Amino acid sequence: MLAHLAVWFFFGYVIHMFVGTLNQFTVPILKFPLGFYMAAQGSLIVFVTMLFVFAWQQDRIDREHGVAEDD
Amino acid sequence: MATTRQTTAEFSKSLGRLYGIYTGGFVGFILFIAVIEQLGVPNRILGYLFVFFTLAIYAIIGIATRTAEVSEYYVAGRRVPAFYNGMATGADWMSAASFVGMAGTLFLLGYDGLAWVLGWTGGFVLVSILVGPYLRKFGAYTVPDFLAFRYGGNFARFLGVIVLVCCSFTYVTAQIFGTGIIASRFLGMQFEIAVFVGLVGILLCAMLGGMRAVTWTQIAQYIVLIVAYLVPIVILSTQRYGIPIPEFTYGQVIADITAREQQLVKDGLAILCTKESCPPGTLRPHIQPFMNYTALNFFGIIFCMMVGTASLPHILMRYFTTPSVREARQSVAWSLLFIFLLYFSAPAYAAFSKLEVYTNIIGRGLADIRPWLFTWGELGLIQICGKNAPNLDAVIAACKAIPNHPGVLRFQDFVINTDVIVLSTPEIAGLPYVISGLVAAGGLAAALSTADGLLLAIANALSHDIYYKMIQPLRRAGRSTVIGVILALIVGSVIWFMPGPGAYGIEMRWWVLGLGLVPMLVIAPFWFGMNDVTKRLTVARILLLYVAACSAALAATRPSDILAMVGWAFSLAMAGNFPAITMGIWWKRTTTTAAICGIIAGWGICLFYLVTTRYFPQFGVTYAGMSALLNPETGKALVDVGKVMADPQWMNQWPALATNPLANRVGWFDLNNINCGLLGMPLGFLVIWVVSLVTKPPSAEMMAFVDEIRKPRGKTVLEEKTA
Repeated sequence: MLAHLAVWFFFGYVIHMFVGTLNQFTVPILKFPLGFYMAAQGSLIVFVTMLFVFAWQQDRIDREHGVAEDD
Repeated sequence: MATTRQTTAEFSKSLGRLYGIYTGGFVGFILFIAVIEQLGVPNRILGYLFVFFTLAIYAIIGIATRTAEVSEYYVAGRRVPAFYNGMATGADWMSAASFVGMAGTLFLLGYDGLAWVLGWTGGFVLVSILVGPYLRKFGAYTVPDFLAFRYGGNFARFLGVIVLVCCSFTYVTAQIFGTGIIASRFLGMQFEIAVFVGLVGILLCAMLGGMRAVTWTQIAQYIVLIVAYLVPIVILSTQRYGIPIPEFTYGQVIADITAREQQLVKDGLAILCTKESCPPGTLRPHIQPFMNYTALNFFGIIFCMMVGTASLPHILMRYFTTPSVREARQSVAWSLLFIFLLYFSAPAYAAFSKLEVYTNIIGRGLADIRPWLFTWGELGLIQICGKNAPNLDAVIAACKAIPNHPGVLRFQDFVINTDVIVLSTPEIAGLPYVISGLVAAGGLAAALSTADGLLLAIANALSHDIYYKMIQPLRRAGRSTVIGVILALIVGSVIWFMPGPGAYGIEMRWWVLGLGLVPMLVIAPFWFGMNDVTKRLTVARILLLYVAACSAALAATRPSDILAMVGWAFSLAMAGNFPAITMGIWWKRTTTTAAICGIIAGWGICLFYLVTTRYFPQFGVTYAGMSALLNPETGKALVDVGKVMADPQWMNQWPALATNPLANRVGWFDLNNINCGLLGMPLGFLVIWVVSLVTKPPSAEMMAFVDEIRKPRGKTVLEEKTA
């Protein structure tokens, strides 16, 4: 859980604090300035993936501890 | 627990078939309209067809799913599979603010607008990890239900209802306002009437079937809105670059915009905003960060929108409808995926829009201005050369009045209302009208779905929490007194606050009271024959009607821009609900007194900040130590406070109107009032923590229940308690 919150915090805030520096790089093929891209799409993709991973991991933990619901 | 007639898997499959047919039908309808447009059917008719066809579908679904069972009405019987629940949540989430307001804001603010995008997606991480699944295990019908149980009784419940109603009401008014704009443009009706037309659409669905109807309709609305949003930009992307995936080509669009911006400045058609001078009307480069918000306010918005997501009752309620805790978690993931589809297209939409404006509108001669601009100009939503643009002659006159005007449209000459950008982009790009109609249908779907969810949250809180849990248990005498007092307060307020004439020589206040009485008179003959369950549902439905009417009336007065109002709702929810809910779930030691103090303190300061900076800035400056907010680019104050305060015209304006130079421009720590949650939430946490430690800890029974909430297995806590 804490790991997920840390990832959330990083992609939600920390990475955007470096937007000026990141903007100097351009994403290949898509041609976005990198800082802009992270705010517009990059972080969002991370969030969505994270949620699916979290649901799956938490379910696994619940099953290990015998507190998961019956299917 | 309600018995399921089929397993979830079979149910999902039949849902898939049903919605598959629906989607096919919708696509067929769009093609039909495209064909008849080519055959010469006038635009007005096409607009009507789109609006009424989609409204009819929603109404049909609403009627087909009507219910008389309490658990169906409040939580759709807890049978909605995660995938479909995710879609419904997506529609519930994407309101007029997301669909219309956000792309518009991104158009105007460029990079800084992405704060809203990040905030409104990242919040779901908090929902899934910290709040949603636990509330589902708890088994409540509403969020105040949880507060009442965890914090010993009806005072906490009552506070929860106040926060809920306050936030949801602001939010729903913004939606109905958006509905009004769309309907008035595409149906050619007067705005005030359009608002009420939209209302009928909303009510048909929510009133009959409650959460059940709303959920299934929202899924239908999601399909409409995502198609409507993606089609224009897929077409634009294919036209310009030959690749139909706008989310990828949009990088190229940004490069093209930057190039065009530099060209405009070079040609003298625009003035660049710089550190020395940045008045309104200057060009701010699209990708440049922190030109419109300071860094503090940018990150503040991200934070408030994220935490607000995890605090808004109508969203949290959406996870009460899944069959299990596991599915609740999965449902959050699906919700975000569906939301993501729109949110990662919105900046693309804004960018394509901007490029079209910079190529097709700015720099063109005045005589080349295309006619569709004037339809919006008539509504006051487009201004050219400083004045509304209802027709070509007015425009030419206005521009001639500006000294040395070059006869072509410059950047600073063209002002378009934020809320209009999404709706007008198909026209800006010269696409056939069927696309505009489609976008209108999408915007309506977005507004209606959210309005339904919000109204339901309000009406359910009032009927379940206030009426069923607080009033009905009282003995008859007590009950009559309480209801009597409430009615007296309402009637008194209407009489006091509604001076002014109405129609046919009868004053407005009597009209309102008279019309308000009608639903009650209709129900009265049936009331005493009803059993308790029917009574509960009837109360819920009547309250829904009243709240919706109030909201529509408020929306018809055109309060403010959609995004700001929604932002306020989020901050207020965050300050009032988040500390109490999270600490209730994660810290067993949290006591009732602490939670009550925390909600009052957090919400209180947020509300104070909002109301003072918007309506009583003079008070804020004189007694509360507020100062002017700063321009993010130049660092100078936005307004000269001393000069304004010396001017009696502004000094004596209580409450301050929107035109007052101080309104929304003063505060503490250069904090925009949308971010008032930054003050309220930490205060809430602090108060709850401190007060918990000095008051008696909760009973062992309560602590055991908190442990129980954290385990998915087993019956819901609430049911166990009443078993």
